[in-house]
Parts: sequence; C-alpha cells; structure tokens
Amino acid sequence: MSDQNQDRQYADLAAEVVRRAQKLGADHAEAMITSGSDFSVSVRMGEIDTLSEATSKAMGIRVFKGKKKFLSYTSDFDLDSIERFVRESLALAELTGDDDASGLPAPEELADPATAPDLALYDPAIETIPTEKRVAMALAAEKAAFDFDPRITNSSGADFSSSEGTTVLANSLGFTGAYRESSVGLSVAPVVDAGGKKQTDYWFSRSRRVADLAPPEEVGREAARRVLRRLDPTKPATRAVPIVLDPLMAAGLVRMLFRAASGDMVWRKQTFLADRLGQTIASDLVTIVDDPLRPGDLGSRPFDAEGVRSRKNVIVERGVLRQFLTSTYSARRLGGRSTGNASRGVSSEPEVGPSNLYLEPGPHDPEELIASVADGLYVTSMMGFGVNMVKGDFSRGAAGLWIENGKLAHPVAEITVAGNMNDILKGIVMVGNDIHHTWGSVRAPSLKIATLTVSGA
Amino acid sequence: MRDLWTRRDFVKASGTAFAALSLTDLWLDEAFAAPTGSSGTAPVFADHFGLDAAALEKLLAIAMSRGGDYADLYFEYRLSNSISFEENQVKDASRGIVLGAGVRVIAGDKTGYAYSDDLSFERLKRAAETAAHIAAQPRPVGPIAIAPQALPHHYLGRELASDATTKEKLALVERANQAGYKTDPRITKMFVNYGDEIKIVQIANTAGQLVRDTQPMVRFRVRALAEEGSERQNGSMAGGGRVGLEYFAETTPESLGEKAARQAITMLHADEAPAGMMEVVLGNAYSGILLHEAVGHGLEADFNRKGTSNYSGKVGEMVASELCTVVDDGTIAGDRGAINVDDEGNASARKVLIERGRLTGYMHDRISARAMNVPATGSGRRESYQHMPLPRMTTTYMLAGESTPEEIIRSVKRGFYAVSFGGGQVDISNGDFVFSVTEGYLIEDGKVTRPVKGATLIGNGPQVLGKVSMVGNDFRISEAMWTCGKDGQSVPVGVGMPHAKIAEITVGGTRKPSGLPTHLQS
Repeated sequence: MSDQNQDRQYADLAAEVVRRAQKLGADHAEAMITSGSDFSVSVRMGEIDTLSEATSKAMGIRVFKGKKKFLSYTSDFDLDSIERFVRESLALAELTGDDDASGLPAPEELADPATAPDLALYDPAIETIPTEKRVAMALAAEKAAFDFDPRITNSSGADFSSSEGTTVLANSLGFTGAYRESSVGLSVAPVVDAGGKKQTDYWFSRSRRVADLAPPEEVGREAARRVLRRLDPTKPATRAVPIVLDPLMAAGLVRMLFRAASGDMVWRKQTFLADRLGQTIASDLVTIVDDPLRPGDLGSRPFDAEGVRSRKNVIVERGVLRQFLTSTYSARRLGGRSTGNASRGVSSEPEVGPSNLYLEPGPHDPEELIASVADGLYVTSMMGFGVNMVKGDFSRGAAGLWIENGKLAHPVAEITVAGNMNDILKGIVMVGNDIHHTWGSVRAPSLKIATLTVSGA
Repeated sequence: MRDLWTRRDFVKASGTAFAALSLTDLWLDEAFAAPTGSSGTAPVFADHFGLDAAALEKLLAIAMSRGGDYADLYFEYRLSNSISFEENQVKDASRGIVLGAGVRVIAGDKTGYAYSDDLSFERLKRAAETAAHIAAQPRPVGPIAIAPQALPHHYLGRELASDATTKEKLALVERANQAGYKTDPRITKMFVNYGDEIKIVQIANTAGQLVRDTQPMVRFRVRALAEEGSERQNGSMAGGGRVGLEYFAETTPESLGEKAARQAITMLHADEAPAGMMEVVLGNAYSGILLHEAVGHGLEADFNRKGTSNYSGKVGEMVASELCTVVDDGTIAGDRGAINVDDEGNASARKVLIERGRLTGYMHDRISARAMNVPATGSGRRESYQHMPLPRMTTTYMLAGESTPEEIIRSVKRGFYAVSFGGGQVDISNGDFVFSVTEGYLIEDGKVTRPVKGATLIGNGPQVLGKVSMVGNDFRISEAMWTCGKDGQSVPVGVGMPHAKIAEITVGGTRKPSGLPTHLQS
C-alpha cells in the first residue's frame, strides 16, 4: 500500500472512530493516529555497531460526556475492538470529575485543512537513500573526528537516523486533518583518553530534508573541536562572576522559560511567572517567540494536537511577558483562548508544548560577549535537573571554559552555576547574533548574564 | 457510580463473544488468566497469535538465516491504567494497551534489530528478515530448540493491582489528598497520581531459552503546594513498586500525603543554600541516587566494553573508601527495580560491584558478557519491544556501616545535610556527576539547624566515594519511584543507602560568606 493511500485510510478510520463514539453516547470525541517508520544505524570505530528498522502505529481516543472525559490508546486498529474499547471508555469517564474547562476547542479555532499553508515538512528523498549511503555518512562523520587530531583515539559512536510519519486528527466538530513529516539526523561522540580524565562531547545535525543536513565531515570535525577543548579541566574557586552561555545552553534557558510560561504550570501555580503577566520579567534585550509556521523548520506543524490552527506567538517582548502559552484546557482555566500550543502523544492528555521556539538574535558577534568579560565563565554544557520552577531557583552542574581578560583561557569542569530565574532573565546584558535555526526546534544566540554564582573549589 | 474497571463488570458489559482476535479480548483474557507473576511458557502469545514454540523456532531460524551468531525474539504486552486527582476530583484518567515484538540478530560485534506492532506470523517473518540483514554470510542454520525455563519470583502482591476496582484505587487517592490538606492550612493544592501496569514479556532465543514473566507495577505520587503570602513551594512523595494494593496497608496514603505536605511547609521559607566545597551528610534511602550516578552507570559494561567509561580496566582496583560496599540487586522482593528475568532471558541476580572499596565487576548484557568473556549478570534491560537491550541497573545500594546517624551528624561542625532528591546525571567518560537536592538543611556545631533551598551537588565518582568517611547502620531502600534514562530508553529502578558522610563535595548554592576558608563556607 502506498503511503498516501495509507494516510487516507487512517484519516477515514479516525473519522469513523469519532462517529462510532458519538453513536455510543459520547457528546464529543477525538481520535489521533500516529504512524511511521524509523531507521537508525550506529557505527563505532569504523564498523557497524547496530542497525534498526521498523514501522509502528498507535491511536489515542478521547471521549467527552457532559463535563467528564476519558483517554484510551491502543495499537490495534480493528474497528470492532476499538468500538468495545470506546464503549468501555465512556463508562470509565463516569468516574472523572465534572470539569467546566474540559472539552474540544471552539469550532472557529480549528484549522481549515483546505487553506493550510504548505510547510514543507516532508522530504520524499529520505526513503530513497540506500542503506549503504546511510552507513557511509555515519562512518564519514566518525572518521572526520578521528582524522582531526591524533589524541582522539576512541568513540562512543556515530549515528545516522531518519524517520517519516503521519499524524492524523479527527474530532466530532467535523475536523479531519493530517500531515506527513520527515526528519533526518547525524551525530558523533568522540572520546579522548589523554593524560588526565577521559573526556567526551558530541556534535550533530538535524533537518527535515536530506539536502539540509550538514556534511558528515563538518559534523565530525565540530565534535572533535568540542571534545578537545575540554581536555585537562580545572575547578575554579567559588565566586560570583559574569556568565556567557553558548547557543545550545542559551536554548536550554529559553526552553525553561517556555515551561515557566505554559498555561498548565500557571493555573496550577507551579511557576514563578504565575502572577507576572504584563510585567517586565527579563531585560529589554529579550524577545522570545514561538512560531509553528516557518516552512521546513523542525518544529513546524499546520495545527496543534487539538486541531487548533497554528499561529505565531510572541511570549516575551523586549522583556515584558506578553502571554502565557496554552492548550484548550489551560486557556479556559486562565479565561482565554488556546494559543495553539497543545502537544501530546497518543497516550497522554494534551499539554502545552513549543513548536519553533527562539530568542531573537541581537547585534553582537559571540566573540564580543566573551571579550567583554574580564573574569568569568563560558558555559558549553550543563548537567542535572536542578531547577525549582515554583520559586525559579536554578542550580545546575556545568562545564566550559574560563574567560580571562576577554579570552577563552582554559577548560573548567565539576562546577555548578546557581541563581534565581528572575535575576538570570533580568541579568541578560548582551545578546549574540549567532542563532542557528538548524540546531533544533528550540534555539537561541549566545547570551551574557551579568552575574551568577559559580560553585567550585 | 457504576464502576467498569473490573474485569468481571467488563465481561457483563461487553458480552462474551471473543471469537475475533483483538487486544481488547487479550486484555480481558489475560486479566483472568495471569496469576500474579506467573512464569513459564506464554499461553497469551501462543493462543492469540498462533505463536507456539514451533512458530518461534521458525522465526529464530529465519533471523539466523544470513549467518547470525545469536538471535532473540522479545514479545511485550502492556496494560496501563492511570488516575490524576486534583482540586478534589479526578482530573484525568486513562487506559491503554501496548503490544508488539522485537527481533534481534547478533553477528560478530554487529546487531540488527527490527520490530512490529502486528503479531501476525507474516509480519514477524518480515521483521526477522530485516534484522537478519546485519549478517552477510548466509549459511545453513542448525536445529533450534527452545524450552520453557522456570524463574524465581521477586514480585509481591496477592492480586494484580490492575485487577482491583477503580473505586478501590480512588479511595487510596482520596485518602492521600485529604491527609495532605489536613496537615497544614497553608497547603493550597494537592496533586495525587495513581498508576498501575501489567507487562507480560516473553523471550525466546537461540540459546534455547523460552521465558515469560508477568511484571506488575504500581506507582503513587503525591505533590503538595504550600502558599504563604507571596511565597510558594512544592513538596513531593512517592510510593509503590512491584506490589499489590495491600502495600498501602503499611505505607499508607495518609503518610505519603502528609510527608509531601510537610516537605512543602518546611521548604517554604528555606534560606539560600551554601556555595562551595564542604562536608556533606547524606540522608538514608534516597541518597542512593548518588551511587546510581557516581558508580552505577560507569559500571554498565557497554561503556567498559568500548573503553569509554572512567571505570574501564579498573576491576580489582580501589575506587572507593574501604567503608563502601556497593551492590546492584534485581531480586529485592516488591522493589521497583526488581525483575525475575532480564529482557534477554537471563535470571536477575545480586551483583557486588564494589567490595570494601575495591571494584569487583561490571553489569553485563549478553553482548558485553560475550565480548569480555564473563557470565551475563541479568542486567540486559529495555524500555519496550521497540528498543534493543542494554546493560542497566536494577536496585543499587550501599551496605550498612557501623555509625549511628546521630554520630554522623554530630561529627560535622559546619556542613550540608541532604535528605531528599530530584534527580541526577553523570558524564560516563570521566565520572563527573550531579544530583539535585530538593530538601536540605545546614548542619552547625553537630546539629541540624535551618532548612536551605535545593541545590545541585557536583563531584567525581571515584573521588567522592574515596571521601566517604562515615557510613550509617540505618540502611534503607528508597520508596521513591525512580526512572532511569539511558540512550533514550527509560526503565524503572530502585536505590538504597544508609546515612553517610562525604568529607568534601561541591554544593551548588548561591550563598558565599566572606572571610571563611573555602572548605568551610556555609
């Protein structure tokens, strides 16, 4: 069966499941089907280590009865089985509480598949890449790392992976939508065992289209540069200093801010931003945007996990918290409309999630950020989960390079950086121009933070 | 309320026409057929999909047809139930089924893997052919004969929790909810999440093994929000394991609700945490997360086979102080980390990893055991049929020492007392690890004084374990519901620990007073 035929068949199935749920007594219903194929190959030390290939499918069904609801999921697509499953779900819904905020989006919020923009989410070229080529790309990436420097003598491996899949959503408001998407990725993790502690680091490239993937040699060389700059780290003395976050670490901060501004967290009072709408929460250099409509981008999608039409949202505008991000439920709890940020897998209720999330770049080359620091830390990796979102307290393990007199001087490790998110966001004093939109769906340029506590020796 | 979450009610509601093959039927049938933790052959896969021993042998032969050295089939059926309770009512509830099978072929150092969520023989044959491609030298396959293996039994529970009525489960949830609110008027929100699961696995391999295991799991999580003025803070507590609902007779929902609430209240006005190197006392049970990160991952043999761990080539060497004996044990009855059998068909075991400071061995899956020419340790685990097995931990703990917890605290002039933890992470290559404290206190002049905000602790595995200077006599397994992630795969694990003192480790707070030598900062 061709992919397109199967997609159509799944769209019909989802719509039929919704119809049957209604016939069985649901006031409203929604069915989501995800299906696709995954391929990955790992090579290590110039040889294939593992190769994995498979297809899968799953369906999640939400039924609503009055103000009650229930979620069920299965990978059995036999209609009669599903019908019994749905009947069961309706009975089980009786045990859930009456919740005024529950239910499907309003009809006018739903995307119109007929006028959906072409977001270029799918690259048919991916499935035509022969296995040998996939293996060769991973091998080339690992080899480039080895060739870069003789000190690189070991490797955790290099991976090539690709996936193609379709998301289908149908609900009892008459909505049926589907989109097909692809992604392809390459990563390398070299290891250096020279003198002191062993060190490892990695680099990667990810994209929707094969043609957009970085050349394997480039990925390998960058991984090599990253691991080499970690060799023989020291542990600096404990003190408060300026911090420069590299783009990946800055993206982590942006992701954290997104979570703090999610409607789910806000109505539960689980975030330090809960009472801060409309207030200045960050320095005026900070503007943060979530935009699902960027063609070809990794986080793009025509509609969210509830069928709500995708739209661009400005979350923080020059330091001011403009809006919380919401799904239908969290929006109703906060007395508004969904921002189109519902996100879910088939087995869970919609939550709030980002699409393409980014902090807008500033005017400075990253070197200028570093040059402005007399004594401080350039952070290139972080570890652990030490963030208390309720209070905004932040304390995480870190490694990177110490900055002396405006220059990257020597590697440091086994340290922590700590502060409060309010101070961190307001303390952003320089924003780099080095945003890389191909580094993932959440990204940021280099950022300089005025001061944070570095705990070391 | 009419409660249909029991199998008998469901039968009444949906009739008894089970002619068609479906997951829903399977769910029903299995709930009837599976006594807790039964092991042996797998009637469920045989009866419903025609996958008897002969069919499995045929699939294994196809997997080996291109010259593989070893092949295995992993079948999984998982039924999960979940209830989320907030604002004094059930906010979300769900039920789901996962079913599928994975085929693995090993040829030399290479592994081929394929999986399918369709258990028809034809589709499994295709998966076996796909996985077989890893080998490139077709050769005749000798006879493959699999035979059922008996397993030990490490799960508790008279009945499967997933068979209990929803009313029963809901009653437990409500008790924790009420107890939390009753603890203190400053508790403004309680969140209780109950989940249970049965996972039936069947493994058949070319070593001739055919094993089946029914793995129960219950998890009960409570979070309490305390508010006072503009201050807010969470507290959390969890319980459960591979147990039945009678678990809650001893670990009552009330105790979980109260503990979460008390933690939130205690931490509501916590001071800034100290920054810098200092003496740290680790509380018992939960601090086992330190072992999981500082040594556990580094002793998983895939990293050592590849020479990418800081513990590679160090068997026989001192890697910790003599006070430290560290064990990984998949046989602790009812614990979250317990397994009767690993996901490659090997019985789980108790492994001494470090004995009085000396490294004694690694945790192996089949591949690393073969490569390093040692017996497998029952450590080959996977998240689901969609994943290849990897060497993983089960329940990791340090054996008790001789000090009393009071002696340990009393011995500290100024230090940090870490009681409860949020999670941790390690860089396998060099052993640098972190773990984050969610409930901590200052120790001043041998006494536990003020609560301080959570902070991340960072250190290096062998260095920190070398600085373990006192070990308590109060060993306990943590009741928390830990989930370990590695290479994108999550598996349930346990940790345990007695009180212990570390002479020096970096505490990642924000408070650095002037005038104190760095190792005495508070």
